[in-house]
Amino acid sequence: MYEALTNDRKLELIGIAAIALLIVVALPLSLDIFRLNLIGKYLTYAFVAVGLVLCWGHTGILSLGQGVFFGLGGYCIAMYLKLEASTPEATSIQSTPGIPDFMDWNQLTALPFFWVPFKSLPLALTAVILVPTLIAFILGYALFKRRVGGVYFAIITQALAAVLTILIIGRQDFTGGINGITDLRTLMGWDIRTDSAKYILYFVCCFLLLGSMLLARQVVSSKLGRILIAVRDKEERVRFSGYDPAHFKIFVFCLASAIAAVGGAMFTLQVGFMSPSFIGIVPSIEMVILCAVGGRHSLIGAVAGALLVNWGKTLFSESFPELWLFAMGGLFIGVVLAFPRGLAGLFTDQLLPLFQRRLAVKQADPTTVPAE
Amino acid sequence: MLSEYSLGDLGAIFAMQAFAGLILFSVYLLMALGLAIIFGQMNVINMAHGEFMILGAYATYLCSHIFQTYAPGLYGGYFFVAMVFAFLLSGGLGLLVEWLLIRHLYTRPLDTLLATWGLSLILQQSFRSIFGAREVGVELPGWMMGSLPLGGAVEVQINGLFVMALTLFITGMVALLLFRSRWGLHVRAVLSNRVMADAAGINTQRVDRLTFGLGCGIAGIAGAAFTMIGSTGPTAGQLYIVDTFLVVVFGGAQSLLGTVFSALSISQSQSVMEFFMSGSMAKVITLLFVIGLLMLRPQGLFVLKIRR
Repeated sequence: MYEALTNDRKLELIGIAAIALLIVVALPLSLDIFRLNLIGKYLTYAFVAVGLVLCWGHTGILSLGQGVFFGLGGYCIAMYLKLEASTPEATSIQSTPGIPDFMDWNQLTALPFFWVPFKSLPLALTAVILVPTLIAFILGYALFKRRVGGVYFAIITQALAAVLTILIIGRQDFTGGINGITDLRTLMGWDIRTDSAKYILYFVCCFLLLGSMLLARQVVSSKLGRILIAVRDKEERVRFSGYDPAHFKIFVFCLASAIAAVGGAMFTLQVGFMSPSFIGIVPSIEMVILCAVGGRHSLIGAVAGALLVNWGKTLFSESFPELWLFAMGGLFIGVVLAFPRGLAGLFTDQLLPLFQRRLAVKQADPTTVPAE
Repeated sequence: MLSEYSLGDLGAIFAMQAFAGLILFSVYLLMALGLAIIFGQMNVINMAHGEFMILGAYATYLCSHIFQTYAPGLYGGYFFVAMVFAFLLSGGLGLLVEWLLIRHLYTRPLDTLLATWGLSLILQQSFRSIFGAREVGVELPGWMMGSLPLGGAVEVQINGLFVMALTLFITGMVALLLFRSRWGLHVRAVLSNRVMADAAGINTQRVDRLTFGLGCGIAGIAGAAFTMIGSTGPTAGQLYIVDTFLVVVFGGAQSLLGTVFSALSISQSQSVMEFFMSGSMAKVITLLFVIGLLMLRPQGLFVLKIRR
């Protein structure tokens, strides 16, 4: 058993290396910048999927509100970029120069107080991590301490996604409404819309993703990771052993949210805008599906799932838009019914034993030949 | 902001908003009934419930079309035929879905959520392919149009009243079925202790299938009622699914009374607040309030004592 476990760990490292090779070397060499930018967008969803592997696959907490954290991260950086784009010179035609254009359209005459900290990049970057983590902490503390879990937790997080979307759309004077925060230009004077900037942002995204995967792997393979799995499989037993499962759940939920938020921030930087359509109920569920398709227990699977499903989505919606929902729906049902462990499960359960058997046969061959 | 209105005005406003809230309550309750018995008994989260409702709405639309073309004289009574048709269609599809999909997933409640979400996507796209992306509406029969004056500035629409009466009737029927029929006895037995019920010779698989079918059928009736007060589009079901889940969870999943009560309180607070602020803010406050209360009372308002 232990042998198998260390083998799995070794396999996981090889997998991460393979992913790194793919996204850092192979894809940039073979794709033009437009397609690479799309891949970068898919990779931002992989952040969320990595977080979900931690909290859903390993701890058994299904959150249907990961879009909230993704979106908050994205909005934090978008607010900074928007303020930088709204200099008094650039917005001199507005009745109140120096505030974002959508505020001016909504007859606001001063910057709302919660926008003020986003004038500084360090504060904005801190907020990217801090705001979502704080919200996850409050929600997690309130719910896990009261031993709310499973289905109830899923529904409440889903309601949270609904609340945030409605709030952003409803208060368009503060948030830009349904259009989101658009027309983002520079980061500390550096134009993020040029091709070279897109290349740099893509690589930053790759390295952050690989960093998140290594961090997640560290958590999973430590003693902490064992307790998380124990919480998933037999929560009562963990409690009777003297641990408080709530603390572990809160921790892993906060970590997953922080990772999702980093993804959201990279999304804004690479795509150039942020809107409520990326954070609502539907995108949040799609994020869970990415993770389920890739394999909810496997970090590599989750990233592969994010890449494949999004790639499929682009491909399908470019050529057969009306078939996409059928394909997506069928994929959900198929994965849940036939491959609950996802692509990664398919690989470790089906393909790997096949390889090993082949390998074993080959290795066994020389010993059998002399015996004849 | 209240000082702008006189006392009489305020009374009328509250009465009108309360009435609008009661219509919302009817839709919530009809949807939540099916969801609550399915979730309460089998722990299955049916994310496609909204689509079962929309299926009922489209069935009603078809019926109204057929009556309009072939029997315009009988148009006044088409709704009752449509309701039965909607119930049978949605219920039938529910039975099929249970057999094909849900029964394989009883041990994995969170996975039913994903699988039924997939189902809802497929159904949505089917609606779009068959009926088009535009919203469709039915023409109300003559006797359902107009409104009744209720003294002062207060008026109530007849179609709203009809939907409410229908809701009360269906709720009564479900209560009767649950507490007075053989099936209801079995359901309550399975609900309180599945293993013992099985041991006592109740065919729990059959009970589950019937419950799922019935829950979906009620959603179909909800859809039929829905056409009386609004138009139907392929994605209309999704708008209600989260609210309805909150209704179910807030009421305490296994309690019929809890579902009624939570549907009432959520719809009323939403509708009354809607007058004093924008609809979206009213919804945000309602949802946050429900989430807050759920943190205090995780099992919902009405808890059934169950031995697990």
